[in-house]
Amino acid sequence: MTLMETRAVSRRFGRQLVIDSVDLGVAEGEVVGLLGANGAGKTTLIRMALGLLRPSGGTVTLFDREPSRETRFRLGYVPQSLGLYLDLTVGENLSFAARAFGRRFDPESLEPELHAVTGVLVRNLPLGLRRRIAFAAALAHDPELLVLDEPTSGVEPLARARLWETIRAAAERGVGVLATTHHMSEASECDRLVVMVAGRVVARGSSEQIIGGMRTVAVSAASWEGAFRALDAAGLPVALVGRSLRVPDRSVAEVDERLRAAGVEARLDVVPATFDEAFVTIAQREQP
Amino acid sequence: MSGWRGRTADDRLTGWGVDRITVRYRATRALDGVSLGVGEGAVTAVVGADGAGKTTLLRALVGAVRPVSGRVRRPDKRRTGYVSAGPGVYGDLTVNENLSFVARAYGVSGAAGRRRIEELLEATELVAARGRLVGLLSGGMRQKLALAMAIVHRPELLVLDEPTTGVDPVSRAELWRLIGELAADGTAIALATTYVDEAERAASVLVLLRGRTLASGTPDSIVSAVPGELYGLAAASRNPLAWRRAGAWRQWSPDGSAPPGARLIDPDLEDALVIAQLEVEAGTGANGEVAA
Repeated sequence: MTLMETRAVSRRFGRQLVIDSVDLGVAEGEVVGLLGANGAGKTTLIRMALGLLRPSGGTVTLFDREPSRETRFRLGYVPQSLGLYLDLTVGENLSFAARAFGRRFDPESLEPELHAVTGVLVRNLPLGLRRRIAFAAALAHDPELLVLDEPTSGVEPLARARLWETIRAAAERGVGVLATTHHMSEASECDRLVVMVAGRVVARGSSEQIIGGMRTVAVSAASWEGAFRALDAAGLPVALVGRSLRVPDRSVAEVDERLRAAGVEARLDVVPATFDEAFVTIAQREQP
Repeated sequence: MSGWRGRTADDRLTGWGVDRITVRYRATRALDGVSLGVGEGAVTAVVGADGAGKTTLLRALVGAVRPVSGRVRRPDKRRTGYVSAGPGVYGDLTVNENLSFVARAYGVSGAAGRRRIEELLEATELVAARGRLVGLLSGGMRQKLALAMAIVHRPELLVLDEPTTGVDPVSRAELWRLIGELAADGTAIALATTYVDEAERAASVLVLLRGRTLASGTPDSIVSAVPGELYGLAAASRNPLAWRRAGAWRQWSPDGSAPPGARLIDPDLEDALVIAQLEVEAGTGANGEVAA
């Protein structure tokens, strides 16, 4: 079942068209990643999807009806700032969140690591744990749809993996998840990705589908500096990785020609592009 | 920028960095015996979660924080550039005004100053935005301006505190291009990041966990130092040494023995950092609470 759906939704602020005819759906049990450069319209789209902002055109449906106070009770939302009270304990925060939705907080339902800190002030916890508590608060009223804005920013890899386990566990119970992220390596945690540039959807699918057949030329040179300067001066999208270079979405012939012209000797290998490289290439190409 | 010095790869150590420094804020030990070396013409990444001690380390490196023990080796302030994690730019001044203010503060004035500002506006693609108020720019543009302001005086050591946090992937790629240009011209760069994929781009990496060194070295050397073996699991696991990544489960085996039905996989830097933390937490039984 589709939990949230936008159809040809648009939004203007004054004369500016911020969202341009976007179709986006989240079904039961799936994790949809919403990616885009700043100013792509992700936040505006999320506010419309949550029913907080009216579209200028098109429709938004939540649970097959118009957004309302009733649909709000079926939604969980974790903003980037988390929305926790730093001067309350973990237990007090979770109890407050549950009661706001007419529920009771049951500490026994918590994972052991969170249960162990119910008496601790949120202020005294590291960010990774705070993020998990914000999830627990958003899940306290058993929402059917969870909306997460940058759910793992600022945490270390282990804490990030644990957060994704929590997100996937919710999805396995049937919760639909819509998550924005700037962490390109996280794209592979989502079932489906939607890439936005300048208010429009420019790509959809799994990370492999979005990469498509895109290739990167890997450049190893005795002097990476010389190779970097030659390719950079020629306007190629060259990136430094350790002491070697990568040039996504360009042919070996083009890279070779630029290096030869500058008198730089290098070994060139064609390798699959990363999702990050594909994303940046698509975003730059689609930017008006 | 400062001009490539034509040195060979073996000759690039600047001698800058910190040796076994400890920094305290009242009763809290923010850094505990941490060392960092910053090489010329190379990017050194300091990786860690919020609160791991990255900012304290970079502030110690530029001389803004005094360690209670250990040694800091840094060039003179006039040869150092620093971008703090905060705004670092004047929101109610224009792009041009921000740059000329800093240029004058560093004594880069007159025709030379104007030339330098033009050069920086072009390099950061901020020419068209030069007359705009900085408070109205996007986060990515503000970060590029902050970087331009930090290199007005062509520093030999450039220290960047999370230059790409909250910056979208396209602006991040542009910032990395600028960082690559500076490194290619010989600048020694130390930068803090929470992104492991950015650390993979650095020539060397220092990983901090709660004020201590979790791992350090080149990304390859950190990966090859992983103890035991890493396995891909066929199904989800509740084992505390298992975690989820890219839609599948992985498990670290300290003694190398294979879990049932598992297949051996090669770790990457992200796996190596997860394993390093699992190893620390298995040893200390830490529940994640910050020590007072």
